[in-house]
Amino acid sequence: MMPYYKFDYFSFDFSLVVAFVIGIGFGFALERGGFGNARILAAQFYFYNMRVLKVMFTAIVTAMLGVFYLSWIGWLDMSLIYLTDTYILPQIIGGLLLGIGFVIGGYCPGTSVVSASTGRYDGMVYLLGIFFGIFVFGEIFPLIENFYNSTPMGKVTLPQFLGLSHGLVVFLVVMMALGAFAAAEWSEKVMTKKLGREKE
Amino acid sequence: MSTLSGIFSKNEVKTEEIVHQPKPYSNPYLVGVGLGLVLLAAFVIMGRGLGASGAASTVVAVTVSKVAPEHASKNNFYKEYLTDGTTNPLKDWLVFEVLGVAAGGFLSGTLAHRVKRTIEKGPNVSNRKRLIYAFIGGAIMGFGAKLARGCTSGQALTGGALLNLGSWAFMFAVFGGGYLAAYFFRRQWL
Repeated sequence: MMPYYKFDYFSFDFSLVVAFVIGIGFGFALERGGFGNARILAAQFYFYNMRVLKVMFTAIVTAMLGVFYLSWIGWLDMSLIYLTDTYILPQIIGGLLLGIGFVIGGYCPGTSVVSASTGRYDGMVYLLGIFFGIFVFGEIFPLIENFYNSTPMGKVTLPQFLGLSHGLVVFLVVMMALGAFAAAEWSEKVMTKKLGREKE
Repeated sequence: MSTLSGIFSKNEVKTEEIVHQPKPYSNPYLVGVGLGLVLLAAFVIMGRGLGASGAASTVVAVTVSKVAPEHASKNNFYKEYLTDGTTNPLKDWLVFEVLGVAAGGFLSGTLAHRVKRTIEKGPNVSNRKRLIYAFIGGAIMGFGAKLARGCTSGQALTGGALLNLGSWAFMFAVFGGGYLAAYFFRRQWL
């Protein structure tokens, strides 16, 4: 029965080996996608290269369908997959900050690791920035702890929140992703022409 | 860029092997399926998703507790990433996963001849300015990721696939914040 670790198929120490191997797959995919390169990532926000959206939504849809079908045929106990609690307001504010940091710095934490390990100095400096930002967060944490823990909603999924069946939400997300892909292809065509540059 | 490398490779084909030309990045939809399968593997093997900023938090918390143990032990944020002393806090799933990310990125980059000591930046910005912006952006990202309880990996990808409400709100906020800021920082990239 899946998830294997939750059914004690292997020890904690071995889970660290699994972590490293899964990390290799993660880093490999990010680099293949061009995500070790800040110019490609930032292009997402100027509409001329929509790789971020395409890779992200394809990955989300793939994993989502995998989880859905594996639990449907009874191999996977979905309730045992760790779900973070929702604190809606701090998550939205944090998300906005992340987006701003993304445009200013050109990476997110995972992609900056790939950037740094493939020799990019901007990725290395970005990583130092992340450490500094987390340190500042840690130092002022006592002051913002109340906000950090505000608007708690517990573990809640979109199907629960919207009162729709799991299958229907999965279907809607697939449809939304397909719409986003069509829009992305169109915007790349228009914007590369407008900015007078070639697709990277 | 592709035409440029096309011309170069044509000229070099006879005299020199073209092994030093960086290969173009892969098809994004194919990469997305690959990334999705890695994420799915994490779900079915471990019962958890991917992450990145969490590993950085562990490193920061451990560093602070090494320098000022008293100070760190009084802080609820650092405490979350520290252990009671019986085990090493760096013996952590996300720390090992992120080490794998660095290795996997290097492996892929090496195979495609894309490992290079360089600074990625827009055509109209100096190296110095780019690096200062990289630090500032990283700091804002680090702070925001902690406030949001995760970053693009732990929230958007992982929570997105699990249909987590907070993760979806977060994801739209990331794109919103990015597009809001994009206009003001266009000189950096265009």
